[in-house]
Amino acid sequence: MLREGHEVSCLDEDPEAHARLEVNLDRSWEDTGGQFTVGTGLEEEALTAAGIERADAFIASTDGDNTNIVIAQIAKRKFNVPTVIARILDPLRAEWYEKQGVNTICPTRVAIEMLEKEVLEAAGSSTGTR
Amino acid sequence: MGEGKYIIIAGAGKVGWNLARELLEKGNEVTVIEDNRNRFATVEQELEHNIQYGDASELWVLERAGISRADMVIAVTGDDEDNMLICQVAKEKYLVDRIIARVNNPRNRSHFELLGIKPYVSATDLILRLLEHEVPEYGLVHLLDLPEERLEIIEMLLADDSRVAGQKVGELSMPEGSLLISILREGQGGFVPTPDTVLEAGDEVLAVLDPGLEEELKTFFGSDGASAG
Repeated sequence: MLREGHEVSCLDEDPEAHARLEVNLDRSWEDTGGQFTVGTGLEEEALTAAGIERADAFIASTDGDNTNIVIAQIAKRKFNVPTVIARILDPLRAEWYEKQGVNTICPTRVAIEMLEKEVLEAAGSSTGTR
Repeated sequence: MGEGKYIIIAGAGKVGWNLARELLEKGNEVTVIEDNRNRFATVEQELEHNIQYGDASELWVLERAGISRADMVIAVTGDDEDNMLICQVAKEKYLVDRIIARVNNPRNRSHFELLGIKPYVSATDLILRLLEHEVPEYGLVHLLDLPEERLEIIEMLLADDSRVAGQKVGELSMPEGSLLISILREGQGGFVPTPDTVLEAGDEVLAVLDPGLEEELKTFFGSDGASAG
């Protein structure tokens, strides 16, 4: 998103995560226009430091479903970020929160659909060769 | 509480387990949900069919536990996000009448409020309230440790030969990273000192400090014979 000219700010509790951002970059993450804050999405000071108050979009994609659901709701209700997306691995919860107005991406569901498609295509071609 | 309620408890830690025991004794129907295998196996030996293995923040686990007929859901896991969301779905999706959530980190209180999770119970707040009444006897006592916030609150009794007895609070040079917050004195109860308050032997002092300063503080408030801090 940075490459496409957007301003991107990352918040991570692990300071080492910053190095990952710079993989395949010619210059530092900051020189490229990025921002990096150490902290968790449950700390309002960290969210503010990361610039949530002027964000057009907020993506909650930590490795914990529950954390993502909570901080997405904080971003939406407390900071009124216009676009909020939460990554939720559990398809059942993703479906319910989607209905509650939380925009969700469910990688599990996406993967299942892709795998299913691959399996059906492979099965189709193998039956064809028999 | 009236008899015969159906109560779901998320988390079989010390709080959840004991709560379940009490509620069962009072004639309620209880299901505890625990997602740690070992803990589940331990508690199952006593609670038997009243405990189920699973992650209570997953909807199918709550449904298997019969959440649609539950009168109350109590979320007392060690994880605040879990407690918030378990209560949120209990209330908003399954329309459970009463919910109670445990706050582990007092800093998360505002999040519970934001999501409409009421009432909530915070052990830290309870202890702070108790502090006003309960005072241990000797030496340096840890009253509260907040590792996340990197803060501790300790209590110390000033011995007869304490080096600070007779000194004004305003003239104390407390170790950097520590602060005297309260004095408990025989006959006067607890009070917040002013710079002019004179410390007396027998006072119990409460101090907030950065972790690791206990020894320094012990020396500071300790006997006159101890090595200078």
